[in-house]
Amino acid sequence: MGELNIKTIAQLRDGFRAGEFSAREIAEEFNAAVEAGRALNVYTVETPENALAAADAADQARQSSDLKPLSGIPLGIKDLFATEGVDSTSGSNILKGFKPPYESTVSGKLKAAGAGMLGKLNMDEFAMGSSNETSAYGPVISPWKRNDGSNAALTPGGSSGGSSAAVAAGMAPGVTGTDTGGSIRQPAAFTGITGIKPTYGRCSRWGIVAFASSLDQAGPMARDVRDCAILLENMCGFDPKDATSLDLPVPQWEAGLSSDLKGKKVGIPVEYRIDGVPEEIDALWDKGVEWLRDAGAEPVKISLPHTKYALPTYYIIAPAEASSNLARYDGVRYGLRESPEGGNLDAMYAATRSAGFGAEVKRRIMIGTYVLSAGFYDAYFTKAQKVRTLIKRDFAQAFGECDFILTPTAPSAAFGLNEKMSDPLAMYLNDVFAVPASLAGLPAMSVPGGLDSQGLPLGLHLIGRELDEQGILNAALAIEERAGFTHRAEKWW
Amino acid sequence: MVSDYRIQGATGDWEVVIGLEVHAQVVSNAKLFSGAATAFGAEPNTQVSLVDAAMPGMLPVPNRECIRQAVRTGMAIDAQINKWSRFDRKNYFYADLPQGYQISQLYHPLVGEGQITVLLDEKDEASAKTIGIERIHVEQDAGKLMHDQHPTMSYVDLNRSGVALMEIVSKPDMRSPAEAGAYLRKLRAILRYVGSCDGNMEEGSMRADVNVSVRKPGEEFGTRTETKNVNSVRFVMAVIEHEARRQVDLIEEGGQVAQETRLYDPDKNVTRTLRSKEDAHDYRYFPDPDLLPLELEDSFLEECRASLPELPDAKRKRFEALGITAYNASVLTAEVETARWFDSLLDAGAEPKQAANWVVAELFGALNRLGKSIEDSPVSATHAAELLGLVADGTISGSIAKTVFEKMIESGDGASAIVEREGLKQTSDTGAIDAEIDKILAANADKVAEYKGGKQQLFGFFVGQTMKAMQGKANPGVVNERLRAKLD
Repeated sequence: MGELNIKTIAQLRDGFRAGEFSAREIAEEFNAAVEAGRALNVYTVETPENALAAADAADQARQSSDLKPLSGIPLGIKDLFATEGVDSTSGSNILKGFKPPYESTVSGKLKAAGAGMLGKLNMDEFAMGSSNETSAYGPVISPWKRNDGSNAALTPGGSSGGSSAAVAAGMAPGVTGTDTGGSIRQPAAFTGITGIKPTYGRCSRWGIVAFASSLDQAGPMARDVRDCAILLENMCGFDPKDATSLDLPVPQWEAGLSSDLKGKKVGIPVEYRIDGVPEEIDALWDKGVEWLRDAGAEPVKISLPHTKYALPTYYIIAPAEASSNLARYDGVRYGLRESPEGGNLDAMYAATRSAGFGAEVKRRIMIGTYVLSAGFYDAYFTKAQKVRTLIKRDFAQAFGECDFILTPTAPSAAFGLNEKMSDPLAMYLNDVFAVPASLAGLPAMSVPGGLDSQGLPLGLHLIGRELDEQGILNAALAIEERAGFTHRAEKWW
Repeated sequence: MVSDYRIQGATGDWEVVIGLEVHAQVVSNAKLFSGAATAFGAEPNTQVSLVDAAMPGMLPVPNRECIRQAVRTGMAIDAQINKWSRFDRKNYFYADLPQGYQISQLYHPLVGEGQITVLLDEKDEASAKTIGIERIHVEQDAGKLMHDQHPTMSYVDLNRSGVALMEIVSKPDMRSPAEAGAYLRKLRAILRYVGSCDGNMEEGSMRADVNVSVRKPGEEFGTRTETKNVNSVRFVMAVIEHEARRQVDLIEEGGQVAQETRLYDPDKNVTRTLRSKEDAHDYRYFPDPDLLPLELEDSFLEECRASLPELPDAKRKRFEALGITAYNASVLTAEVETARWFDSLLDAGAEPKQAANWVVAELFGALNRLGKSIEDSPVSATHAAELLGLVADGTISGSIAKTVFEKMIESGDGASAIVEREGLKQTSDTGAIDAEIDKILAANADKVAEYKGGKQQLFGFFVGQTMKAMQGKANPGVVNERLRAKLD
């Protein structure tokens, strides 16, 4: 007993099934960790009663041998997911107090699989951000500190910053994240955990507040590769309520895990060596190649020639879709409403949206509105769509020569709060390695590789063929086994 | 046929150029992208799903039935069906538009070019004119604002939000209010035959945006105005007349027609500016990322085609081939209910030509008097066929048939039963007829003399007197024959 909150999901599941501890003990320990970790600002809503109720159901299910895949496992749910009767605000003031009368498909599937909910996780407002600093609830503080004694508060990454910090700080064994342009992978890398974004269409988007519909994908974040496989199996599946959902069976990824990569080729894209990336990140990348070679894979150099256009393309398409997706927050039906005295409908819109949205969201709505405007549409939006097609083609050609691709997850380790908030372009650069796979709709994941010289985690990034989540899970497992990443943030909170 | 409709101006004659964008609500149990119901007249906000209210995280899923209805409509106007089409978002803010965008089809509509042929004179095939259709696309309707519920606030009813509309865009092919009226009536008839729209303009399930410009005949098109949401054929024609006159006067006074959106005020019969081109929205159309392109399979298209009923033009031609006059055929096919009723009359064995005359003269007259539609006709097609059969086989005369018909309406009984009960059978008994003729000729010796003196038109008088004496039951053929035998 004790230290249940640093066990993996697989360990908790197996120990619970073997009768080493009860689901209630698990839930109580995590509830206590959530409460003890409030200084990190990880959760926007705590739902200990929900976790306990699911735990009691699991304990009963164990009695009657009626266990479900996630019986006994409490999870944190990113605030972007609608959860029935529980505040679901997407980190925004415009949705403060919004309690949906419905449950998102993905969180509903997890609950149906037996999981409990510890609470709702802080995030960048409407998932727009790479540091969790755009949240209306304030930034999440990473459990990690630099080893230089500076004690600077660091970012857990974003937009799934509450999610990454919760796992890293032992405040949830696993969580949901969403990834539009790196929002699962970059925070996973910054906090020394594992996260996967599956192929676009694997997870239903129904009930997940939309940021950029053609890019948004849910995925799990957890301590290790196996846990990600377990959670992903219980999140994916066809949903007739989402027209972009893939009508395909869900593979048994956990059962399919194997770190034997004999016969596989790992592609190393030359274009991902970019200026300004710290040497130790490139060094870790080289180490990753060696680990994969050791597991049996053959490294091959590949070219993804349109990589340098990916970030600008993303920052046209994502804001364009967002500008339209966020039009529904108008104060008419739900959420915040500001009605200036004597003002008309337009005045209500202006006041509501001015007060309800934060600066980054406003910036992206403005960019999106601009690139869709008459006279600019072809130069920006149409062009971006064309480049997106070229980027997809780059990957298709590369996968003729390799089975999966290895790159660094992010161009730096976690940075300090307030370091990049005044420079949006520097902030956007965080996702330079993550965005191409998002534009191509490919499965991609981050797995911890090691610590940098300041003692902060660095991630390695795997991109797979469409629908080949198993391929990158296996490659990540091979890295995980060889990297021996057992570092944890020292508890200071 | 070339229209000779002209607006007389101070500088000469002007021609009016008209294009119509008709919004037709698709007949379907559910909305275009949600499962919510679509009945008209329900309590406000009782037919609204989470999707229709644009709750956070909700997603549209296309309703197959709405797509099917639009495809069938396209087939009915002989249009190109695009096997690949796509939905776009039209972005603008308004309180009746929960998503902040309307899902529509700008770049790749479901249905491409087609056409509708209208008859400007129902009696004359030579008056036919073909009006081009540019496209039909499918889109969501908006909700409705209610301004009369509260002194300082407006209420929103989302029942209509998300209901499927077909926007049927004509080419600028019409040249007179009459042509526009004929086009609208024909389009409405086709929609109702197909069953894709109930065509009910009062309930708003069909409404038109009217594009009007004027020019000197033979010159380039002028600048057009668009008058929105006109909801009757009569109003559409009034808008064209008014708008054409206004534009001609404006130009002749040295002004310029502004490209703008206008509204029609039926009470004052005027149009007025709603918004000018400068105020026009930039709708920022872009492909809806929540929806995949719509790809239609051949089997789906075949099913759509196979489910199409006989359409008005084909039906009219079939009726004419049966010997029915062009006018009657036109009248009988104008409304789908009439056409269906008439077809059942034929199916029940009625002789087409006689049946057509009877429906147009007798049945319509009676229905008019009773204020009933043909669907509520007190006399069924089967009973009507029986009545017409009795006339055809000489059992009753045409005039007795009118009496029997009246009694059928009153009682709901069949024709034979009434004829039997009331003893109305026609007689060809020459003995009885001869006896009456003899009496009449004897009583009218002077007229007999006049007739024999050459006043041939008196023959009708003798027929009438004989029929009257026989209480209408004499076979007119026999009466004629016997009279001729005795007089000539």
